[in-house]
Amino acid sequence: MSRALYLRHDRLGLGFLLVLCALGVLVPVLNLALPVSSAWHVPTYAMSLMGKYVCYALLAVALDLVWGFCGILSLGHGAFFAIGGYAMGMYLMRQIGTRGVYGNPQLPDFMVFLNWKELPLTWFGFSSFGYAMLMVILVPGLLAFVFGWFAFRSRVTGVYLSIITQAMTYAMMLAFFRNDMGFGGNNGLTDFKDILGFNIQSQGTRACLFIASIIALAGCYLLARFMVHSAYGKVLIAIRDAESRSRFLGYRVEHFKLLAFTVSASMAGLAGALYVPQIGIINPSEFAPGNSIEAVIWVAVGGRGTLVGAALGAVLVNFSKTWLTGAMPEVWLFALGALFIVVTLFLPKGLVGTASHYLKQRRDRHNVLPAGHPIGEAR
Amino acid sequence: MNMAHSSELTSSLLYLDGVSVSFDGFRALNNLSLTIGAGEMRAIIGPNGAGKTTMMDVMTGKTKPDTGDVLYEGRIDLTKLDEAAIAELGIGRKFQKPTVFESQSVEDNIVLSLRGARGPFSSLWGWRNRVPQHDIEKILETVGLADHRKRMAADLSHGQKQWLEIGMLLAQDPKVLLVDEPVAGMTDHETEQTALLLRDIAKDHAVIVVEHDMSFVRALACRVICLHEGSVLAEGHIDAVSKDDRVIEVYLGR
Repeated sequence: MSRALYLRHDRLGLGFLLVLCALGVLVPVLNLALPVSSAWHVPTYAMSLMGKYVCYALLAVALDLVWGFCGILSLGHGAFFAIGGYAMGMYLMRQIGTRGVYGNPQLPDFMVFLNWKELPLTWFGFSSFGYAMLMVILVPGLLAFVFGWFAFRSRVTGVYLSIITQAMTYAMMLAFFRNDMGFGGNNGLTDFKDILGFNIQSQGTRACLFIASIIALAGCYLLARFMVHSAYGKVLIAIRDAESRSRFLGYRVEHFKLLAFTVSASMAGLAGALYVPQIGIINPSEFAPGNSIEAVIWVAVGGRGTLVGAALGAVLVNFSKTWLTGAMPEVWLFALGALFIVVTLFLPKGLVGTASHYLKQRRDRHNVLPAGHPIGEAR
Repeated sequence: MNMAHSSELTSSLLYLDGVSVSFDGFRALNNLSLTIGAGEMRAIIGPNGAGKTTMMDVMTGKTKPDTGDVLYEGRIDLTKLDEAAIAELGIGRKFQKPTVFESQSVEDNIVLSLRGARGPFSSLWGWRNRVPQHDIEKILETVGLADHRKRMAADLSHGQKQWLEIGMLLAQDPKVLLVDEPVAGMTDHETEQTALLLRDIAKDHAVIVVEHDMSFVRALACRVICLHEGSVLAEGHIDAVSKDDRVIEVYLGR
């Protein structure tokens, strides 16, 4: 077969991309072109809410890449998401310029309030959009690389790795709560005005942010799909299922894990960067361990190791969250816990995993089994 | 010893000298010495706990010996290398319990095993994405799984998994094959086939087979080493070894 493995088509992925395209076109058009009075009009707040879901979906795809395909259960992906968000937030703070409460052209309000005289070194360059976007990708990636380097080289796996990723995001939260870190303390970064010179509140900017989120999700999905459908992905799955066997074949397991973990962290950072301007704030609570665990639940609900399922799970769970926290706020956490238990017990493959398993079984029933192999021969 | 050593210390492919390994005071290997030359086949027998699997762990880098030398091609010190590096040198291993990649197809198991660059980037867009069909077919035919290439490895029978793992070893194309209990759980017919297959492989590879099944060891028709309490008790032809009084005592109890 001359066609590369990753070029084989799959209908699920194609369908997913088509839905994304349709959303990316329809939602902004229905928002911008139709009058508010129209029944088909999509309100701006709803578009931003959907944009938020798309960012969560991107975080879920990133998490699925490491958890679903390589068995790295990261309980700290919220940290990479939040760092990406902070990098974007810092750019947005620098865009405020003299329009802050204190009118300082250089320093964000909280620094003036802390009586700081000049911009700390960490904020250097963040007035440039390009530099900020570079940091959105690089800083989470670098953190993941350093963290993964030590963890994977020392062969920390399974629940131990999960615990230290959880500790990492918790430590980051405590650090970002401190005022002298220079990232706004517990208030975080907010009161954004412009992005690339456009009013961040305007309908048009909101539509562009939504479209950018859709493009980022589609692009990262394609990248993740390319990775998992290549021989690299087969090695990842081999490592997930039988790590030491892969070593005896000659694979440097730590290098494979490190690449997946780093790419995944950068994707999570990008998701955070697109999330912040649509939400309007980033603060240390984004590092809360609970957020990372919730992301794991999205992936479990949608289906580990399916990519599309992870995105779907993120949207479904968050849509339910929006609806339930509005309708019955006190019920939400119980519902989330129950959901996790039900999925673990009855749908261990998640929604998409279960559906495709069922479809495959139905297809196999029509196919003739290979010669000499009656059903139930395995001993 | 280091890899820069200019002259070879020994002409044998794999050379163990005075190797000892202890776990919590239990001596799994006790001053074990043995050599195997290129293209030789050896069968290792011995009662449970004799150190057979530990010996393979030491040869493949899973366990580091407390003392002793483990040399490959007369100059490479295997005790300094990890599993992946040793596998790359050309030492392949089949495990006691068949260990195949269950959630992947038979052919993908072979693709993953094939010898060649194994870096993360080369596997992203390199040759392993474009393996010619007949390379896979050739190996699957050798181990009798050509009709099963599209099946999930998990769906194979126990004996077929054993063969798939031997096929994976062949795909790795190592110089030395370490084969741990290849016929455990096989029918008599499958056992016979496996002996023929291993004899065939031994024509151009060094092969070390650990096995309990005496009729299988006899069918291999090679030199036999009996291990006991971590060192070599007897070595020679199967008839001589199986008549050795000490071997009989070890096997039948004191």
